[in-house]
Amino acid sequence: MTHDASSTRTGNAALVPEAATATASAAAAAREQFSRRHRFTPLEVLPWLAAIGAYFAFPDYLALGSQILATIIFALSVDLLIGYTGIVTLGHAALFGTGAYTAGLLAANGWGDPVSGLLVAALAAAVVGLVSGALILRTHGLTQLMQTLVVAALLMEVANKAGHYTGGGDGLQGMIVWPVFGLFRFDMFGKTAYLYSLAVLFVCWVLMRTIVHSAFGRSLMGIRENVARMHAIGTPVERRKLTAYTLSAALAGISGALIAQTTSFVGLGVLSLERSGSILIMLIIGGVGQLYGAFIGVPLYMIAQDRFATIDPVFWYFWIGLFMVLLVLFARGGVLGILTRLVKRDGGTS
Amino acid sequence: MSDYVPALISIAFHGVTLAMVLYLISVGLSVTMGLMGFVNLAHGAFAMAGGYLASTLLNRYGMPFALAILLAVVIVTAVSLVLERVLYRRFYGGAELDQVLLTMGLIFVSVGAATYIWGPLPQPMQIPKSLQGGIEIMGRILPVYRIFLILCGAILVTLLWLALERTRFGAQLRAAVDNLRMAETVGIDTSRLFAFAFALGSGLAALGGALGAEVFAITPGYALEHLVYFLIVVAVGGLGSIRGPFFAALMVGITDTALKYYVPELGAFFIYLLTMAILLRYPRGLMGT
Repeated sequence: MTHDASSTRTGNAALVPEAATATASAAAAAREQFSRRHRFTPLEVLPWLAAIGAYFAFPDYLALGSQILATIIFALSVDLLIGYTGIVTLGHAALFGTGAYTAGLLAANGWGDPVSGLLVAALAAAVVGLVSGALILRTHGLTQLMQTLVVAALLMEVANKAGHYTGGGDGLQGMIVWPVFGLFRFDMFGKTAYLYSLAVLFVCWVLMRTIVHSAFGRSLMGIRENVARMHAIGTPVERRKLTAYTLSAALAGISGALIAQTTSFVGLGVLSLERSGSILIMLIIGGVGQLYGAFIGVPLYMIAQDRFATIDPVFWYFWIGLFMVLLVLFARGGVLGILTRLVKRDGGTS
Repeated sequence: MSDYVPALISIAFHGVTLAMVLYLISVGLSVTMGLMGFVNLAHGAFAMAGGYLASTLLNRYGMPFALAILLAVVIVTAVSLVLERVLYRRFYGGAELDQVLLTMGLIFVSVGAATYIWGPLPQPMQIPKSLQGGIEIMGRILPVYRIFLILCGAILVTLLWLALERTRFGAQLRAAVDNLRMAETVGIDTSRLFAFAFALGSGLAALGGALGAEVFAITPGYALEHLVYFLIVVAVGGLGSIRGPFFAALMVGITDTALKYYVPELGAFFIYLLTMAILLRYPRGLMGT
């Protein structure tokens, strides 16, 4: 796709000889930039160092740690939709919850293998994403926002009323999760859970990074920036959006399944509006559409929640709410946005 | 057969009560979403505030019922006006994501503040003696308070519709909903119009919250718990429409009551399904422009 774009541009420029050299060098620069975007930068190793460091530094907080790692996957999946494709959703818990209940029901009914459980959960969420996405994406703007909300509410009602299978409001009990690959048992200190979550997150991150840097990912960003123009250059916009929705659904499903497996419990909360809303907040705190926003926002939010909510949950709701209002007023782009601006300002003055 | 008619009356009665409360609370949301292009997820917080204030004035300060509700509505309207000028109007027609974040933040603030001041338990609303008890109509005992609620709702709806048709403000509002830029061009002060419309909507929500405390219990989680229903009424009714949400509220209210009566195991499932279907067929709502 990159090649196509640059060759058409030079082709057009050839008709105007004096502009040809300038356009050719611009095309070369663009090609250089496109190929550079795949390369790993040293900064990208930081989150992984931090995650491994945290494993040794905070052995008492591994349970929280694995929740954070799994939630980052959820935030990544939301970022693919909101940040990269420009589809605002208030119901992504629908897919997170589908994954969680799939993994939970498997483990509670005699199939406790975690890895295959994750894959089945991803598949189930992808199917739900494909079907609901096909309906949701037919609408636009506020109506679309409503549709996402209603799909999640619908699934929550199903999970609530199918209490015979899901445990309803009491949550799904009796999950038995087998050792990972038949080798690593889930221990009471949460070591296995943490490393398992970290490994799954790593795989999901590689996947996500590949997706957003691919020609497909670029076309999603094109749709976000200017739908009309993407239509004009012949991009199958609706199909791309649906593909993005399905991929995002699969990631959300993996995240939900991971949390279900590592906590051995699934409650109705996995499908709640609060879940859909809070993941948005975490992502926005970190920064939307920048791939690493999830890695900053989720730990910040969840660690703060863990600290403050144990002291006083009332206090937590009030201050996180106020913080969000201030964030939207004064700090667009989240923490990552602020950092980028600081770095740019320093670079400009020196 | 003998059970059939009273059951239908009961469903219609309770359904209409629910619809009145839903409409009073949601109509302002329709205006903010349709006119200002603003997704005010925190709209339910105004209804909650109305309920809390009214119940406090009633229970703690022993005010007369009507006065307590009136005062609560006035306070909420004033606060909403300040919020509109300071916060909301910066985001009119802006990015959806910012609006969602801002109003989600306001919901959380409302949850925290309400729990801090009033505690986590539902707030009881003392109904005056004259409105307690029930009247028997065709073999069913219907609570007097709910009859009062329906009457109040009917009067307010009539006043609201008359105001929209007959007053200068109503004409300006209709003009702005139809074509905002044209309305500005002919000299309508839309900034002031927005503030008025927002305050009116919030005031009605406060009234709905206070009067309907029996239908939607006043708890700190109010704004989040009932959000989906408010949004359904607005989306199905048609954004920016004043009448649309009324019919949507009737539909939701009566369907919901009927389902809870006949097939409680279905819960709200059918309502959600119906909403999805209607929005797919009519993306701008039943009466959207």
